[in-house]
Amino acid sequence: MTVLTLSRALNEGLRKAMENDPKVLIMGEDVGKLGGVFRVTDGLQKDFGEDRVMDTPLAESGIVGTAIGLALRGYRPVCEIQFDGFIFPAFDQIVSQLAKMPYRSGGVVKLPIVIRVPFGGGIGAVEHHSESPEVFFVHTSGLRVISCGDPADGYAMIQQAISSDDPVLFFEPKRRYWDKTEVDLAGGVAAALPMDRARTLASGTDVTVLCYGPMVRTCMEAAAAAESEGRSIEVIDLRSLSPLDTETIFASVRKTGRCVVVHEAPVTAGLGAEIAARVTQECFYHLEAPVLRVGGYSTPYPPARIEEHYLPDLDRVLDAVDRAFAY
Amino acid sequence: MAVKAAGRASSRNHDNPIPKPELIQLLTPEGELTPHPDYPLELSVDEIKSLYRDLVLVRRIDFEAIALQRKGELGIWASLLGQEAAQVGSGRALEPRDMAFPTYREHGVAWCRGLDPVKLLELFRGVNFGGWDPREHNFHLYTIVIGAQTLHATGYAMGIQRDGAVGGEDGEAVIAYFGDGATSQGDVNESFIWASVNNAPIVFFCQNNQWAISAPLEKQTRVPLYQRAQGFGFPGLRVDGNDVLACLAVTRKALQAAREGQGPTMIEAYTYRMGAHTTTDDPTRYRLSAELESWKLKDPIERVRQYLIRPGLAKEDFFAAVNAEADEIGARIRQACETMPDPEPLSMFDHVYAEPNALVAAEREQAAAYISSFMTEDGAR
Repeated sequence: MTVLTLSRALNEGLRKAMENDPKVLIMGEDVGKLGGVFRVTDGLQKDFGEDRVMDTPLAESGIVGTAIGLALRGYRPVCEIQFDGFIFPAFDQIVSQLAKMPYRSGGVVKLPIVIRVPFGGGIGAVEHHSESPEVFFVHTSGLRVISCGDPADGYAMIQQAISSDDPVLFFEPKRRYWDKTEVDLAGGVAAALPMDRARTLASGTDVTVLCYGPMVRTCMEAAAAAESEGRSIEVIDLRSLSPLDTETIFASVRKTGRCVVVHEAPVTAGLGAEIAARVTQECFYHLEAPVLRVGGYSTPYPPARIEEHYLPDLDRVLDAVDRAFAY
Repeated sequence: MAVKAAGRASSRNHDNPIPKPELIQLLTPEGELTPHPDYPLELSVDEIKSLYRDLVLVRRIDFEAIALQRKGELGIWASLLGQEAAQVGSGRALEPRDMAFPTYREHGVAWCRGLDPVKLLELFRGVNFGGWDPREHNFHLYTIVIGAQTLHATGYAMGIQRDGAVGGEDGEAVIAYFGDGATSQGDVNESFIWASVNNAPIVFFCQNNQWAISAPLEKQTRVPLYQRAQGFGFPGLRVDGNDVLACLAVTRKALQAAREGQGPTMIEAYTYRMGAHTTTDDPTRYRLSAELESWKLKDPIERVRQYLIRPGLAKEDFFAAVNAEADEIGARIRQACETMPDPEPLSMFDHVYAEPNALVAAEREQAAAYISSFMTEDGAR
C-alpha cells in the first residue's frame, strides 16, 4: 500500500493504462509539459511522447470531436476538460455524437473514450470553475457517468473507465485532489469493485445518506458527528451516476427507512430528484419519511466569498437527517 | 437595429477588395476539354464512360428516392441533384484504403464507395440511422448535425499519422465532406485548426451549392470559401463542381499530397443545389428561377455526354445501355424500399451501450411486458 493524493492516484492509474495498452492516448489543454492544471497528467508526456499525450488547441468541441475520430481508428482517447464549466462548448460532440454514434451504427461502432472532468466547488475560484454539470450527461443515453470519492477509487476507476468499450464521463472532485488515502498500486484492477457499483462506506441503521465525488468526505464526517449524538448513518458512495446501482440503494433504504441524497449540483432536476422518485416507487412501504435532498440552490454557482453558504456541508447534511427524523 | 447596414457593408468592400476567384475547369459546359498545367489528367475513353455511367446512375437513384418520398415510402430525402460531378469526381479519386466522412447528402460518394443505395433508403425511411459498417466501405455513417463530422475526420487522420500510415507508398488519407453553410460552424473551423497544426492527412471537400436551405452564400461569407484555407495555414482552391474531370483531378492531387505527408488541402467545389434542400423544402419561396435556369446550362452530366458524343467516342448503344442499367437499379431499389420491413419495437433498446447496462435492460423488460399485454392469444398485436 502506498499513501497517495487523489491527483497522484489518478496519475498512476493513467500511467498503468498507458503501459498496458499502446492505444490509450491522453489529450487536452495543458496536459503535456505542464502536466495539467491539477497535475493529474504530470510526467506522462515525458514518458510516453507527444503522440500519446497531446497538448491540443484550445477548443473543447475539437478535443472531443477529434477523440471520436481517433476512436474510430482504434485508439482509446482519454480527454481532459480543464474545468467543469468549459464542457459546454463540447456539448454537441458529447451528447449528439459520442453518446449516439454507437447506437446510430447499430452497434458496429464502439467509442471507448473517457472524458475526465474536474468538477465541483470549494476552491475559491472565479466563475465557471466550480460547477457540477454531471446530470446533463446522466440524462443522455449512451454515456456512462462515474465519479470517484477517494484516491483508491480514483486509481482503480480511471483504469476501469479506460478499459470500458462505452464512452465514460469521469467526474473528479477537484477540491479533493490533495486528499490522501492508501492505494494498492500492486493489486490489479480486476479485483476492484466494478465501476457501476455503489460502495457502502459506513454501515448504519437509522438513515441512508447517498453521495458521490466531493460530498463523500463531507458525508463521512457527518456520519461520525451523528454517531456521537446517537444516530446511526449509513453512507453510500454512489460512484456510478449512470447507471445507478439501484440494488444497493434500495436494499439500504429498506433497512433504514430514511434516505437523504447529497450533491453539490442544484437539487432541481438533479440526481437526487431521480433517486427520490425511484426510491419512493420501489421502497414506498419501507419509508418513514420522504426522501430529502441536500444540494446547490436554484442559482448560478455564486461568487467564491459566499460559496460556503451554497455548498452542502456537515451541518446541512445533519440538518436534513434531523428533518428526516421529524416525520 | 439595422442602422445603416447597407452603408457599412459597402464601405467594407471598398476598403478591402476581394480578389476574383480562379475556377479550375477541365471540361467546359459545352463538353470541350481545357487541360490545366497543374492538374494533368490521363483518362482513357472507357474511364470517362465509366464516370458518365456513375453520374447517370447516381442521378437516377436520387430521382427514384424523391419519387419514393412522394409516395410516402420515405420520410424525407435530401436530393443531390446538380452535385453529381462533385461527388463522383471526388469519390472516384479515393483509394479503397482512404476514409470518407460524409454529410447526409453524399449519395454519389456512397455509390463510389460501393455502398448499396438501399442502405441509404433505410435511413431516410426511418428504419435505422445508418445500417452499414463504416469499415466495410471506408465510408463513415451519415452525420446530420452540420459540420460535426469534420472533427471526426480530422481525428481519424491523426490516427493514420499515429499508425505510421502516412508518407509511405501505401499512405492513407481522409476526405471530409461538408457544405457552404457548414463553414460557419465552429466545428469546421476547429477541424481546420487541428488538421493544420497536426499536418493531418486530410482533404476538406466543401460542396458550395450556394444555398444552406434558404440562406444564400452571402449570409455565410464575405470571402470566397476556398480563400479561408490560407488563414488556417494550408492551401485552398476552387474547382468547377459541375466538372467531374476537374473534381477528380483536383481531389486526386490533394489526396496524394495528404498521403505523402504534405498535410491538408481545402477544395471548394463550386456547384449548385438544383433541387430543394430536402423533400420538405420549397425553394420557390426564397430563390429566383432565373438562377436555376442559368445553372441548368452547366449541367454536370450533359457536358460529359457532349464530350463523348460529338467525336463519336460513344455511340447510342452505350447511352442506351447506361439508361437500361439505371432502369434496372431504379426498379430494384423501389422494390426493396416498398418491401422493407419495420424493425421490431424492442430493437430500440439494442446497442445503446456496448457493455451490459442495468437501466436499459430493466426498461427493455418493462416495455416488452407492456407491449405483450396487448397481444391476442395467437400472438398478434
